[in-house]
Amino acid sequence: MSDTTSTEHEWPLWEVFVRSKAGLDHKHCGSLHAPDPKMALQMARDVYTRRQEGVSVWVVRSDQIVASDPGDKDMYFDPAEDKVYRHPTFYVLPKSVDHM
Amino acid sequence: MYTQAMDTMGKDKDGPKAVRSAEELRLEERFDERIDAGGFIEAKDWMPEHYRKTLVRQISQHAHSEIVGMLPEGNWISRAPTLKRKAILLAKVQDEGGHGLYLYAAAETLGTSRDQMLEALHTGRAKYSSIFNYPTLTWADMGTIGWLVDGAAIMNQVPICRCSYAPYARAMIRICREESFHQRQGYEALLTMMQHGTEAQKAMVQDAVNRWWWPSIMMFGPPDDQSPNSAQSMRWGIKRFTNDELRQKFIDAAVEQAKVLGVTLPDPDLKWNEERQAHDHGAIDWKEFWRVIGGDGPCNRERLGARVKAWDEGAWVRDAALAHARKQSHLKEAA
Repeated sequence: MSDTTSTEHEWPLWEVFVRSKAGLDHKHCGSLHAPDPKMALQMARDVYTRRQEGVSVWVVRSDQIVASDPGDKDMYFDPAEDKVYRHPTFYVLPKSVDHM
Repeated sequence: MYTQAMDTMGKDKDGPKAVRSAEELRLEERFDERIDAGGFIEAKDWMPEHYRKTLVRQISQHAHSEIVGMLPEGNWISRAPTLKRKAILLAKVQDEGGHGLYLYAAAETLGTSRDQMLEALHTGRAKYSSIFNYPTLTWADMGTIGWLVDGAAIMNQVPICRCSYAPYARAMIRICREESFHQRQGYEALLTMMQHGTEAQKAMVQDAVNRWWWPSIMMFGPPDDQSPNSAQSMRWGIKRFTNDELRQKFIDAAVEQAKVLGVTLPDPDLKWNEERQAHDHGAIDWKEFWRVIGGDGPCNRERLGARVKAWDEGAWVRDAALAHARKQSHLKEAA
């Protein structure tokens, strides 16, 4: 067990995205370790779609994903908070045309 | 399947730190507020060190339980009585492998590596559910494990779907969705034997129930007054019900199921308490529980030995796959 337990020998981590049925988006559903793209795809099929949960699978190396920092959450997303005019409900129209 | 009230099983020497900086206190206050508001914590969010440690321990022990849990059932795949039962058992064991993987992945988001967790399991530092250290002697054990062991696990696991740590909660939702078939197939297998079986087969079911009943109700962990970490886990939204509450719920449900099945539960003190509107039960042998957790159950050595052997003998496959992947990517770069 000695040298096989070092992280150097660990297979890289992949994120798995599954399209549950035609017409819908791929959605993140978990991660797994695999040595290469082909194995990652096959293992994603085995681990995440044992009950026909998907019609298509994406795998992406986890270290290739660029993510926003949770610490920046307010700075990043709050500026949209006061822009209510981006929503259709901001505009009050006469009843007769309100289905617009 | 297969979490156990694991919080009592870690010998955690370093509890919550006594001395904290002002900044840390402020962060912890915000963290507590978020938990109180029913919010979720994500992997990259700030969290108290003790929260992280508790979760790593609980999730990894849960993952180990799924993986070790494949062994007692794997024993019967080649001995299943019909092709149908064999396919069902294979699917169930495959699910358990999958559940272990979801959970390892959830634990990894907390900053521990897969190899570190496996090493902890293989060296005996990490624990797994005590239930898998009992032998599976007959085919009726397969049905009984589904009914009682998976039943107890589901009772334990459903509340974890609302765990404050979101990656764990998400893994649990997926697991619980897949788990219900495990219990139903077990109960149905027993029902088939009880309704269509020979006298010997019926006796086999009763014998299996006699052996698995007590270990199953031990799966909820020690009684509340001996679960020192429970309060903290409840405070943090890692745990939603106490060990005794869940055990009671399980026993009350199992009594009815046993009646339908036509078996008795091996506890002479088990009876309905009108006042409590619940079943009273006999004393649980906690000495046995601690002995099995501590490594001295009927199959501890065999289970761990099988895991280590599988890991060691698979080393060349893992290394070869990695070497192949490296070679392919070099060839691609060169081209």
